[in-house]
Parts: sequence; C-alpha cells; structure tokens
Amino acid sequence: MAETATAQPATAHDAHGAHVTSTGLSNVKLGMWLFLGSDCLLFGGLISTYMLYRGRVANGPTPEQVYDIPFTSVSSFVLLMSSLTMVLAVSAAHKRDDRGTNLWLTITALLGTTFVGGQVYEFTAFYNEGLGFTTSLFGSSFYTLTGFHGAHVTVGIIMLLALVAINKRSRVPGSKSETVEMIGLYWHFVDIVWIIIFTLVYLIPV
Amino acid sequence: MAIIERHAPGTTVVPALTPAPPAITPTRTFGALRRPVTTTGWKSWLFTVDHKKLGLMYGATALFFFIVGGLEAVLIRLQLAAPEGKVLNADLYNQMFTMHATTMVFLFVMPMAAGFANYFLPLQIGARDVAFPRINAFGFWCLLAGGIVVNLAWFLGGAADGGWFMYAPNSGPVFSPSRGVDFWVFGLQIAGIASLSGSINLIVTVLNMRAPGMTLMKMPAFTWMITVVQFLLLFAIPVITVALFLLGFQRMFGAQFFNVAAGADPLLWQHLFWIFGHPEVYILILPSFGIVSEVLPVFSRKPLFGYPFVVFSGAAIGFVGWGVWAHHMFASGLGPVSVAVFSVATMAIAVPTGVKIINWTLTMWGGKLVFTTAMKFAIGLVVLFTIGGLSGVTHSVAPSDTQQTDTYYIVAHFHYVLFGGAIFGIFSGFYYWWPKVFGKMLNERLGSWNFWLMVIGMNLTFGPMHILGLQGQPRRMYQWTDARAGEGFFNIAFWNLVASIGSLILTVGVLFFLINIVVTARNKTRAPLDPWNARSLEWMTSSPPKEHNFDSIPHIHHLDEFFHRKYEEDPATHTMREVATAEEVLAELERNADAHIHMPSPSYWPLVAAAGLPIITLGLIYSIPVAVVGGLVVLYAVYGWALEPSVAPASDFDPTENGASGNGHAVGASHG
Repeated sequence: MAETATAQPATAHDAHGAHVTSTGLSNVKLGMWLFLGSDCLLFGGLISTYMLYRGRVANGPTPEQVYDIPFTSVSSFVLLMSSLTMVLAVSAAHKRDDRGTNLWLTITALLGTTFVGGQVYEFTAFYNEGLGFTTSLFGSSFYTLTGFHGAHVTVGIIMLLALVAINKRSRVPGSKSETVEMIGLYWHFVDIVWIIIFTLVYLIPV
Repeated sequence: MAIIERHAPGTTVVPALTPAPPAITPTRTFGALRRPVTTTGWKSWLFTVDHKKLGLMYGATALFFFIVGGLEAVLIRLQLAAPEGKVLNADLYNQMFTMHATTMVFLFVMPMAAGFANYFLPLQIGARDVAFPRINAFGFWCLLAGGIVVNLAWFLGGAADGGWFMYAPNSGPVFSPSRGVDFWVFGLQIAGIASLSGSINLIVTVLNMRAPGMTLMKMPAFTWMITVVQFLLLFAIPVITVALFLLGFQRMFGAQFFNVAAGADPLLWQHLFWIFGHPEVYILILPSFGIVSEVLPVFSRKPLFGYPFVVFSGAAIGFVGWGVWAHHMFASGLGPVSVAVFSVATMAIAVPTGVKIINWTLTMWGGKLVFTTAMKFAIGLVVLFTIGGLSGVTHSVAPSDTQQTDTYYIVAHFHYVLFGGAIFGIFSGFYYWWPKVFGKMLNERLGSWNFWLMVIGMNLTFGPMHILGLQGQPRRMYQWTDARAGEGFFNIAFWNLVASIGSLILTVGVLFFLINIVVTARNKTRAPLDPWNARSLEWMTSSPPKEHNFDSIPHIHHLDEFFHRKYEEDPATHTMREVATAEEVLAELERNADAHIHMPSPSYWPLVAAAGLPIITLGLIYSIPVAVVGGLVVLYAVYGWALEPSVAPASDFDPTENGASGNGHAVGASHG
C-alpha cells in the first residue's frame, strides 16, 4: 500500500488503485489481525497443556511453593503500563511527532525489558528452589508457556528498538504511523495474553 | 518486474506481448544487497515475488514430491504383495509408510493446492498480485526448505518412523531414538510457516483486493473453497505448532510432556494432533472441491447448480470440521459422552458434503456434457469421493469404528477420499488450467489413458483394502503370513496381490501424465484463447497471463463474469446467445489499458530468510552454535526486508518515464 504511494506521487487516479481496499482496512492491518488470531490458538494450546499438567509435580515443588504473587503482580503491572506508553507512541506517530514517538517507543521497550528481566529473575529463583525444566510435568509446561510469552515480549522489544533506530534515520518504508500502530497491536496482544496467563497460572489455585 | 509500461490506449493487438520492461536501476542498498533486477533466466525465478511464478514453483515442487511419495507407496505394496515380504525390513517399512503419508499430505496435496491457489486466486478475483508478494515468496521457500529437511533424514541415519500422526510417547526419545523424528518435527515446523504465512496472505488478498463490483457472493467457487481452507490453516497450524514444540522440547531438552513415567497423559498428543489433523483433512479436500466446482459447470454448459449452497456448505464444513477431531480417537477410551458427541458431529458433517455432491450432480443434470479429460477426472471425484464418504460415515458409528480402527478398512477409506477425491480434483485442475498456464493443451488421448488407468488402478488398489480391513488385516504391519490368510473369497493373500497389481497400474497411469507433460511441451501448437468456453475471470487474460494479469481491472457485474461478457440472454427465446468472442472481450480490456502499472519488485530477502531456517534446524540437531548462525541469517534478512519497500521507489525506474501523469494503477501490495 504505502510503498505504492512513494512509488507514485498522489494523483486523483491513485485513490482508485492503491488506497482503496474492498474492506477499507489496509492489507497490513488485516494481516496483523489474522496473525494475532492465529497466535491465540498457539497460546490456547500451551495454556491447555499447562492447565492439564499444573498439578503433576512429581517430587518437585508445587505451584504454591514457588509462586511469589506480589513480585509477579508488580512485573505484570509494569507490563500493563507499557501498553499505556505504547498508546502514547501511536498517538504521537499520528500527530507526526517524531521525537514523541521515539521517546514513547523507547520507554515502552524499557518497561518491556523490565518485565522480561523480572521473568528471568523469577525463573532463576524457581530453579534455585528446585523447579527445573525437566523436574516435572508442571515444570516443563510452566516454563514452556511463560517462556513462549517471554519470547513474544522479547521479539516485541527488538521490534520497538529497531523501529526507533530506523525512524531516527528516517528509513521507515511506507506509512510511519501505521508501522507504529502495527507494532502496537502486537504489543497489546502480548499484554492481553499475559493477563490471561497471570490469572490462570498464578492467581487461580490448583 | 517492477513496472510495466503501456503505451497510449488504442494499441490493441490481441494477445499482444508487453514490450520488455524498462531497466530498473536500484538507487539504494538495503542491508548489503541491492535489489535484484534480472528479468530472465534462473535469477528471475529465484528472487521472484510474482504470484504466477510462485504458483508454478509450488506446483513443480509438489509434483516432484508426488513422485517421491508414489514410489514409497509402490515399495509398500511390493512388500505386501506376497506373504513374508522381503522387499523392505521392518525398520525400513516403518520409515516408508511414515514418509509416504507425510510426503503426500504435507509435501504434495497441500503445496499443490497452494500452487493452484497462488496462481488462480488473484486471477479469479481480478487482482494483479497477492497482498504480500514477498511473504508469498518466503512461504514457498519455507515449504521447499521443510520438504528438504524432512527428507534429509533418509541420508542422515534414517527417516521418521512413527507414522504420519507420530503418536507420543511412541515418538519420544525412548522409543524413537533415531534422528528421523527430529528432522520430521523441524521440517514440518518450517513447512507450517509456509502454510500460516500463505493463509494470512490469501485471506487478505481475497478480502481486500477484489476487482470493483466483485462481492463475496460473486467470487468463483474455487476462490471460495480456497478461502475456507485458508481460515482452517490459520487456526489449525498453530495447534500442530504447539504439539511439535512440545515433542521437540522433549526430544531436545528432556522436557517431560509425553513421559508417562512422570505422569504424562498419552492422550495430550492425540488431542493436539487431531485438533489440527481433522481440519487438515478438509484442508486437503476442499481445494479439489473448488476445482471441480469450476470444471463441472464449464463442461456441462450450465451454471453451477445452487452456487450459494456450494459456498455455504463449504463454509459449514469449515466450521463443523473443528468439532469432529476425536473420532480419530474412539478406541482410546474417551468415555461414552465424548464418543457420543463426536459420533453425532461426525454424522452431521456428512450433510454439507452430501449437499455438494447433490449440487454437482444437478449441475450435470440436463447439461450438454463434454467429456474432456478434466471433466472425466471431475466426475471421477464425485463418484470416488462418494464411496469414500460413505465408508467415512461407517466410522462415525463408534462401535463399528472400534472394530475398524487401525485396520486396512481405514486405509481404504482415506485413500478413496484423498486419492479419489483430492488427487482426482488436482488432476482435473491440471487438464483444465494447463492451457491457461502454459498456453498449450495437454494431449486428450494420453489424458484418456491417464484417467482410465488411474481409475482402474485406484479401485484395484484401494477397493480390496475394504475387504482386507474387515478381515482384520492391521495397517502398518510389515508382513503377513500365508498360514493366517483365510480361505475363499476372503483370502487376504489374493486381495493383497490384487491391491499390489492395482498400485502398478496406478503408477502407469501417472506415468502417462508425465509423458503427456513432455509431449505437450514439445508440441508447438498454441492453445486457443478460450479452449473450454470457460466462465470465470482467470480466462479473461492472455494464455499464459501477462505479468500484470489484466491490462485494465475489469468491473464485475455477475457471478461468472467472463461468461456474461460473452453471452447475453435473448429476451424472446430465453436462451443465451453469443455477443462477443473471448478475443473481443480481451481486446476491450486492452483498449482501456492502464498506462502505468507498478508491480511489486523482486527481492533477495524471502530466500535468504527461508534459507536460515534449515541452518537453525541442523544446528539444533547437531551443534547449537550453527543454530545461532542460522538465527543471525534470519535476523539479517528480516532487517533487509523491513528496510526494503515492496515496490521499488520511483527513483529506481527509468527517469525518462513520465510517472506522475498517467492513468496509474498500482497493485495494493504492502510491506509484504
């Protein structure tokens, strides 16, 4: 879409060709929604596996023994706040405020990094308490589920920082605000998944 | 390539070839590589993002794997032709049936359908390319990489041997110590990327890039069925992705998921696999349903009977297909309630399928049937799929299914629906669309041999398996003994021999198709523009279609738009009379040709990104540092990709071109 606009200065005819899609949504946005829909099933499968196995601890520690709810609540709060800063980044991008965009994107990435750091700390603590990846079915499914979520957050952080770097050199191909918005969609999705994981995994007792 | 220059309107030789596109000079470097510019030779294929070229590449790859999978099947039948077969040993036999199914399902039928979809879906909706051309190219390279990885195991210590549904814990490290399962897991994971990215791409294309006036209910039936399939893929692929990750983590890192000793539930894999696996069945068959829904009306000289019913029954199959997975698990002790629910759902899904069969039959009813090879294969599908469908209904009766589970009766059933259904549809598509794709007609005489040998061979091969199965011959046994073969009509020695002879006839039938390809390629005669008097939009192009598909994007007023441009109803007699030839319709499009058409530009990045994936795989299996290298390759490609606009910027085009003033019409291609 957007590239065609750069390839061709806007003319009256252009609106007829490049910009009008049958649904009115841009291809990229529709594609991103479809991807996120698909990703729901990925987490669906992982969450189901965890729910099936969370009580099967073998000789290892049980969920109640390892979970530190106050700590995880704080890191969850940090992640949720990053959704707010992401919204501010999208809003700045729509106002064509480059400085604001870069600032909020960077803060979002920092909050995301804090969350991932918290997860690394948590994993280390659990490991020291005797819950390894191979200790029990609970261990395998817990680390796999939360690890996949952490990987999603990490990919998001990489995208955010890359976008800042590319944006600073004005090399974003296509519509800048839409690119920010797309990364925003992904970021919010990852946050929403965390709300579900936090509720199901940490808060609801076995 | 990136731009197609059309001169002022009025030059109307049909089918005129577009003059060579002007040179493109990349002005910028993206990453380390400049944008590829070659328009001919192998490079133009390697770096292409053109949906037609990619469709052909999908098709050629799938055809290759069809031959591989077919030879594996022949070896299986040779082994079982006589008692105490000595062709294969037990270990090799396990690998053979596993890889036969894996190849046919994941590397032949799925990519072949993807090839048809890639080639014809944009043409059928009046688009110039798909929504994300580079993702499209990436998908193809992922499929090829996945196919190579799965088959690489043959040469590196033996292929996967757990059966195509690879039940855990049998596929875990304890019972399957060879590397074959590892290659299988990662190969399918890579091929899954192809399916997932392809599904997003095609759904966006269908929803966003239809020609003006083409509402959803004016889309050709093939496009509709492909769309349903893409939704199935979109939601089914992530589920098998999870299953493959769990199995991979168990095999690589010692996770416990399927370790029964640690308390694991052996049904977890079965559920995950079949939640993917049953939609997968419809992923395999619905494209062929779409193909025959195009072929039958054309050769019956009638519109498709009950078009909305064909569309909605296809969608209904798509929905109900999610609620029947556990009928693959009736023998696993699910409990009476689950069995009853899935039993009823399985009976219910026969209804929309039956609706389709009725629609096809009534399309032919009273039509002026033209028995071309394409038509014969389509009718073959209707008949053979019905047989397979009926034996399928017998599986929905759980007590009966318990008796049939893991016998040759099951093998007979799914080969009737997949060979008689999916593959006959694909062959129908070959004969129907060959003149469109290559501009030459496949030989009809050889086609007739091809068809009849395949029908006879297929019935001889798979028909007796019903008897074998009901007599209790289990599937996946590498030998049978004469002492227990039984007597009289039910002597399994006789029927095994018949099935093996049938498989050889089948092979000869397929050989006729390959011969036909060569004969046709050597034939100099060009096909007429509209050899079948076709109805849908893909025929409203030159053969083969131009790079930009349509000189001007047609405005759509009817289902079967092309037909309605050729024929009008005579109000006096209520019969259709011809008002324009195909050539005239095309000339009309060319008269209104868009002056400047910007097509997406070729790119290195899809290939580089996909090439990183098998490196990661080999690294994970053999040495982690190699996997890191592969990961860096992918990351590097992603950055190059992100920085590169999908359509080359204006500065890349010939500067003398007067780009700003023409009647521009760009493909709605995006970041893809």
